[in-house]
Amino acid sequence: MSHEPEPILVVDKLITSFETERGLLRAVDQVSFSVPAGKTVGIVGESGCGKSVTAMSIVRLLPQPAGKILGGHVNFKGRDLSHIPDKELRKIRGSDIGVIFQEPMAALNPVHRIGRQVSEIFRIHRKMSKKDAWEAATEMLRQVRIPAPEKRMMDYPHQLSGGMRQRVVIALAIALKPSLLIADEPTTALDVTVQAQILDLLKRLQAEMGMSIILITHDLGVIAETCDEVVVMYAGRVVEKAPVGELFAKPLHAYTRGLLASIPTLDTPSKSILKTIPGMVAPLSDHAHGCRFCQRLGRTSSRERPQLIEINPGHWVENCPECVPSLHPPA
Amino acid sequence: MTTAPLLTVNDLRIHFPVRGGVLLRQTGAVRAVDGVSLIIRSGETLGLVGESGCGKSTLGKAIVRLLKPTSGQIVFQGTDISHRSQRSLRPLRRDVQMIFQDPAESLDPRMSVRALIEEPFLIHRMGSRSERIQWVNELLDRVGLPASSAERYSFEFSGGQRQRIGIARALALKPKLIICDEPVSALDVSVQSQILNLLVELQKDFGLSYLFIAHNLSVVKHVSDRVAVMYLGKIVELATAQDIYQNPRHAYTKALLSAIPATDPTIEGKKILLEGDVPSPIDPPAGSAFGHRLKHPRYEETIGMDLSLREIAPDHWVANDPCCISQEDWATLNPSQ
Repeated sequence: MSHEPEPILVVDKLITSFETERGLLRAVDQVSFSVPAGKTVGIVGESGCGKSVTAMSIVRLLPQPAGKILGGHVNFKGRDLSHIPDKELRKIRGSDIGVIFQEPMAALNPVHRIGRQVSEIFRIHRKMSKKDAWEAATEMLRQVRIPAPEKRMMDYPHQLSGGMRQRVVIALAIALKPSLLIADEPTTALDVTVQAQILDLLKRLQAEMGMSIILITHDLGVIAETCDEVVVMYAGRVVEKAPVGELFAKPLHAYTRGLLASIPTLDTPSKSILKTIPGMVAPLSDHAHGCRFCQRLGRTSSRERPQLIEINPGHWVENCPECVPSLHPPA
Repeated sequence: MTTAPLLTVNDLRIHFPVRGGVLLRQTGAVRAVDGVSLIIRSGETLGLVGESGCGKSTLGKAIVRLLKPTSGQIVFQGTDISHRSQRSLRPLRRDVQMIFQDPAESLDPRMSVRALIEEPFLIHRMGSRSERIQWVNELLDRVGLPASSAERYSFEFSGGQRQRIGIARALALKPKLIICDEPVSALDVSVQSQILNLLVELQKDFGLSYLFIAHNLSVVKHVSDRVAVMYLGKIVELATAQDIYQNPRHAYTKALLSAIPATDPTIEGKKILLEGDVPSPIDPPAGSAFGHRLKHPRYEETIGMDLSLREIAPDHWVANDPCCISQEDWATLNPSQ
């Protein structure tokens, strides 16, 4: 009997809220999932579902002072990231956990050359000399398949295309060989042929480095192609999570099924009417305590919060009988 | 007997000057649209797909004459509108409308929804006050918005609802052709399908034609009868939606199709991965632009060559470009060589 290796990250009942004029609003409402070592976990959901906030909570990069982690644990290699002091977290963040954002310019300083920004990582975290750091940085650019890296080291971010900038951001994130990479919509802003290159790059880097990846996206196609496991979020909660093959073959929750059915693919008959999910996500301040997807559909459901239950090995779903009819077979 | 097309575009070019130096002389040009010809028939949807910088949005804006062509022709319902003055184009505006990508940007936040939808009627001096009120209510209903929306402001609505407002406004004058410029790209997935369905229904009900511009080939293929693939200011392939998908002949179309992530984890396709980036339309390569990107051995031959679209099969057009089509297709199109 093989032993499952210890997951590298365990998020346990995480609660993140924002202080706003309308009071404390809970963006992440007891979210739990784990990331096995060397695997890619995708978090998928639409605007306002809390996927980005979840990722940012893991590394405590929430907007201050409004963003607060109010409950739960984030266990990374045996330490609870939500409770360790800032100084220790900063050492981990950037060296053992890398982060990529959707907009490359969010991570790049527009007034410094690329070379300086990438070298900086080696100078600060590895205390390398200027010369050694410059060489290590050039090597990083080569590893992310940037052509003519020595020349690109002298460029400013605005001189590079979107795809190249994202490669630089990836280089920054993996420079110190982190065990975990958090990628928040890394290809959403990129053209589809460039997206294919970047996803291929991430896969290759993962294989070379044995890195775990959390990939956040709204694109189910990207999930299908790159992830081993999938976490589906809706309105701040996990509604379903499963290995990728299982999720696409046997989606259980009405929301997951709705999402999958509403996307046109190359095989969808032309001009056919797509299945849709009526209505839209309720604003943060109006979220029900009971099943939130039922709330969207205007269904009355139990006012009890649905719990995640394991239907098949590794396949969890919220136990709302309206949204998961298979839970309660007809008598 | 075939009826004349609703819209004909002939060798359209739109170049933007790039100025430099102390005297701001023209040093080059952004060749955003570089020799495009196409037609759109009544009641059909022509999809226009391509990546950033390919010129698709510029082409869309030129057709509604938000931009002036540098050369070439645009003929709408038999009338050459390429160089008409804005004033003389006013009647045209009733027949050709546009829906934009970002409804937040294209709707005036200081105007109520009623005012936004009513504006086209006021500009064209149509209807009495009570008629306009009724028309606005009908339009709101037609796009699936409650009547109460009329007195609210666009910023009170979600992205999908704002897009519906934009659609209602575009429909007001019962146009014949609507240019949809990335109408669903900024919307959530579950809302995209609502808007796509709405566009398909409206087309059936009103006999509309669409030029549907997007970078998402799956979405474009879904709503289109025919699809044109654009690369660096030129159309490289044009065929029925089904044909583009099942039988792509241009290397770029194949790369685009291959790059689309399949929503099926069991599919282990071999992806065509392109080198380098989407090119910039400032000073494009002299020969085949895509051949240049592929570093194709026959690139040199294409300098100065006429690479325009040729009909390779019934209703299937492809650029006559040795770097980008198969040997067989090249031989078919150029039998003497």
